[in-house]
Amino acid sequence: MAKAELMDFDKALELFEPVLGFEVHVELNTKTKMFSDAPNFFGGEPNTNITPLDLGLPGSLPVVNEQAVRYSISLGLALGCSIAESSRFARKNYYYPDTPKNYQISQFDEPIAYDGNVEVELADGRKFQISIERAHMEEDAGKLTHIGGSTGRIQGADYSLVDYNRAGVPLVEIVTNMIFGAEKDAPELAKAYVSAIRDIVVSLGISDAKMERGNLRCDANISLSPRGSGKLGTRTETKNVNSLRSVERAIRYEIQRQAAILAKGGTILQETRHWHEDTGVTSAGRPKSDADDYRYFPEPDLLPVVPGAELIEQLRLALPEAPAIRRRRLKEAWSFTDLEFQDVLNSGLLVEVEETVAAGASAQSARKWWTGEIARLANIAGVDASTLVSPLHVSELIALIESGDLTDRLARQVLEGVVAGEGAPHEVVDARGLKVVSDDGALIAAIDEALAAQPDVLAKIRDGKVQAAGAVIGAVMKAMRGSADAARVRELVLERAAVTE
Amino acid sequence: MSLIYLSAAELSAKLGSGEVSSVEATQAHLDRITAVDGDVHAFLHINAEALKTAADVDARRAAGEQLGELAGVPIAIKDVLCTIGMPSTAGSRILEGWIPPYDATVVSRLRAANLIPLGKTNMDEFAMGSSTEHSAYGPTHNPWDLERIPGGSGGGSAAAVAAFEAPIALGSDTGGSIRQPAAVTGSVGVKPTYGSVSRYGAIALASSLDQVGPVSRTVLDSALVHDIIGGHDPRDSTSLKDTWPSFAAAARAGATAESLKGLRVGVVKQLDAPGFQDGVKLRFHESLAMMEEAGAEIVEVSAPNFEYAVAAYYLILPAEASSNLARFDSVRFGLRVNPAGGGTVEDVMAATRGAGFGAEVKRRIILGTYALSAGYYDEYYGSAQKVRTLIQRDFDAAFAQVDVLVSPSAPTTAFKLGEKIDDPLAMYLNDVTTIPANLAGIPGMGLPIGLAPEDGLPVGLQIMAPARADDRLYKLGATLERMLEEKWGHTLLSQAPNLTPTEMFAASEGAV
Amino acid sequence: MSESHPEPADGITADVVRHLAGLSRIALSDDEIGKLTGELGAILENVAKVNEVATPDVPATSHPIPLTNVYRPDVPGETLTLEQALAGAPEHDGSRFKVSAILGEEQ
Repeated sequence: MAKAELMDFDKALELFEPVLGFEVHVELNTKTKMFSDAPNFFGGEPNTNITPLDLGLPGSLPVVNEQAVRYSISLGLALGCSIAESSRFARKNYYYPDTPKNYQISQFDEPIAYDGNVEVELADGRKFQISIERAHMEEDAGKLTHIGGSTGRIQGADYSLVDYNRAGVPLVEIVTNMIFGAEKDAPELAKAYVSAIRDIVVSLGISDAKMERGNLRCDANISLSPRGSGKLGTRTETKNVNSLRSVERAIRYEIQRQAAILAKGGTILQETRHWHEDTGVTSAGRPKSDADDYRYFPEPDLLPVVPGAELIEQLRLALPEAPAIRRRRLKEAWSFTDLEFQDVLNSGLLVEVEETVAAGASAQSARKWWTGEIARLANIAGVDASTLVSPLHVSELIALIESGDLTDRLARQVLEGVVAGEGAPHEVVDARGLKVVSDDGALIAAIDEALAAQPDVLAKIRDGKVQAAGAVIGAVMKAMRGSADAARVRELVLERAAVTE
Repeated sequence: MSLIYLSAAELSAKLGSGEVSSVEATQAHLDRITAVDGDVHAFLHINAEALKTAADVDARRAAGEQLGELAGVPIAIKDVLCTIGMPSTAGSRILEGWIPPYDATVVSRLRAANLIPLGKTNMDEFAMGSSTEHSAYGPTHNPWDLERIPGGSGGGSAAAVAAFEAPIALGSDTGGSIRQPAAVTGSVGVKPTYGSVSRYGAIALASSLDQVGPVSRTVLDSALVHDIIGGHDPRDSTSLKDTWPSFAAAARAGATAESLKGLRVGVVKQLDAPGFQDGVKLRFHESLAMMEEAGAEIVEVSAPNFEYAVAAYYLILPAEASSNLARFDSVRFGLRVNPAGGGTVEDVMAATRGAGFGAEVKRRIILGTYALSAGYYDEYYGSAQKVRTLIQRDFDAAFAQVDVLVSPSAPTTAFKLGEKIDDPLAMYLNDVTTIPANLAGIPGMGLPIGLAPEDGLPVGLQIMAPARADDRLYKLGATLERMLEEKWGHTLLSQAPNLTPTEMFAASEGAV
Repeated sequence: MSESHPEPADGITADVVRHLAGLSRIALSDDEIGKLTGELGAILENVAKVNEVATPDVPATSHPIPLTNVYRPDVPGETLTLEQALAGAPEHDGSRFKVSAILGEEQ
């Protein structure tokens, strides 16, 4: 793959206006698939979660999952969409080995939801309205594994293997209208938009929304319009963008790549491009020879979906609060400053902090860990912070610190263990023997009390006069009636003096 | 009288009384198949488990278990239906040897009712045809004249009952594939109301037109089979949730009562066409006169849009079929043909479909692909779907005036094998009488009304009723059947020439 | 369901048939293409008569018997075993279906 020439980002923005558009696919977390009663579960043993339909066997027929329809309507409402009075499925015909029937059941001219609006917030607090064209129901495809060749990629593979466990998993595809005026904020806006969609589906509880697992997938359309030309450029569609971080990077990359080509008088090919997380570039995807002609027609095996005003109202009333209202409420409940709250939003960690707080942690500790140490580790690994550790584990970690079982320093080591997949925090503590000795809790309480009673000693220790600690050690030994290990007490006094404020 | 000449209803009476065992009945039909199917070629596969299943039913009956009316009766199954343990090829090379891991709903209902599947019957490939000449496994021959077609696509099922190889069979009808074979073989067949019989496990040709139905020698037998296979199936979204009356009861009522008195019988002007064969017209008008004599009111009705039915049908069917048949791609099941020198998966798919599909299937897939293509959709598929609305309106207007509609089942009697094989358009016109019912989803029955004087071959009458009024078909059909047989003094099929054991059979006996 | 209206289908050429065969993944010999070109033209000429009556005021019918909101409860049912799933496969590796390379060498 030849390295593409890139133009400096600011220069690109001087010459061109970026025009964006997004297609976000949300995998619904129903119990069964969209049109078959196979469990909605994949990643296990290949080809074991399938019915005749998921294999496209002759004679098999689809039946719509009612829960998937309800979820789709709820999502449509949360996106501010109108819900279609009557909506129908259509067949999208194309041959590909991961598509068992060689057509995808989707929606074409009558989507379930249309004409919506999502407000997103940029780092500096500016608000941006993204107009939603439509949200429609469809089914996912199976999974191809390419064997042979050097890269494991489709190029150069000797053959491919197909697992249909994912075939038929319910999807909602959310399509935006063209987005103008994002300018230099285009990459950030892209990330903020996907993050907003993620917040919405998580608050609705309709998707696991893990980008790294493909529960939430973003196809980003980008074109550049030469300044003053009033003409739209040719767009590319970038796929395989599997993290919030990548959304931002991929948009920035495509702007720079397209600008370099256009500036040299070249033309942009309307094509699908694949984002490569590892190298940070996009490459031309397989040119789809049938892409111009999917031969859509109404799915004769399925009947129209006519939700009725009553169902729509019922689902509307059950909606969680709107994202903007939710953000306001959380900021207030957590008593965050503007800066603190923006920090959480910009990191795309609102859901994580919320869930960590829900699991019992204080808002400040949750924010501190997520936007601090966890974000730092994620940055090193080049992944989203949300993929490293679960809110439940972060909350457990914070509880261990607050109970005095862990110091911050030890907690960071425990976090490393959790990230490395060694288990929950208490399991890492046990396995690595990181816990402050069992009766340290009582010791620490006595030490903290003694330090508080002798602020002058505390000041001296902090100034580096370690011998001053003797006074505190004596007081603690006395309080513990001599049952404590003096050497351990000395260690702890120094540690607590460093952290106690 | 040999067991094979009994109707299913007669046979069940003997099975119920213990006079005959299911093993005996099944063996008699297997023997008949061995004797004549070398010539007729109604079957693609014989169920090796048939006698075992029959023995099991006999044992359960002997143990005092209460069994359903047709328990122990053998039945032939069109190869378009998925059957566990038996290949299901839809008459195509591309599915040669494919054994489904599941039963079609209608098949599981037959099994649950303890019928004995005899085997799978021949058909035009993927039900595309009116003669079974498009079967990848060779044509079926009409028992009335082995040189002639048995109709299609379900020529195998119709020939099987007409040749006494099975008392009853299952068929499927997309544009006449049950009713037209019934007409040319002198048998009975019913296309039920769309959605009244499950399509789950029926290998799809055109999803919005396909309907599974019964094939038999008597009206009552079709009704008995319909009662078993019909009713709601949650696996088929288009399946109706209606509760249905007993069709057997309707047939029995029709056979005894005067169902014709005061009945308004409509004759569709456009289907009483001058272009039809003389003997067909003759027998059709005789049957009208007979009905009128028995108290029916014959009313001419006009269905002006029927003129466009065949055109609409040959757009809708290929369009849906081009998509339904896309799954035959050599990846998960069926044939795989690797092109010379290898190639990409796309090349393998194309080579497989090029080698695995017959000419008619390719023709219709190409046509359907065109009809759905960007830019042509509105002109072809979209317009055809509008014609469908117009045909429904014609039926609505007609049924506002009459209780049932009648027409000849087919424009001609059985034509010669090979006669129309190279003229697709002429072949397509065979279905002019049967197609409107499929487009509108209404039920239709084909039953024999005599032999055409010029060729001595069977002529069929089609009865159509409003959607969901399938019981009218059975009631009127049974009355007509009784009146005709009283008039003739015998059944029509008793006049079919005797089929002699084939040379193949003789050879196997070492007699040559 | 398309929106564009290119030239009507008066000229079915061999290239059109070749394109359609490609779209529907059917390898055809030149003989077959030649024969189909003529047949397709004749059939289309015949079926185009639907346009005589399919006026804009007539709604399209997709389903012969109109129904709406046919759903299935979100409850898992029986699945195929791996053996059943692979039983009809032309080629597999014991758990997955095997197909030839998706891209050719030049891609």
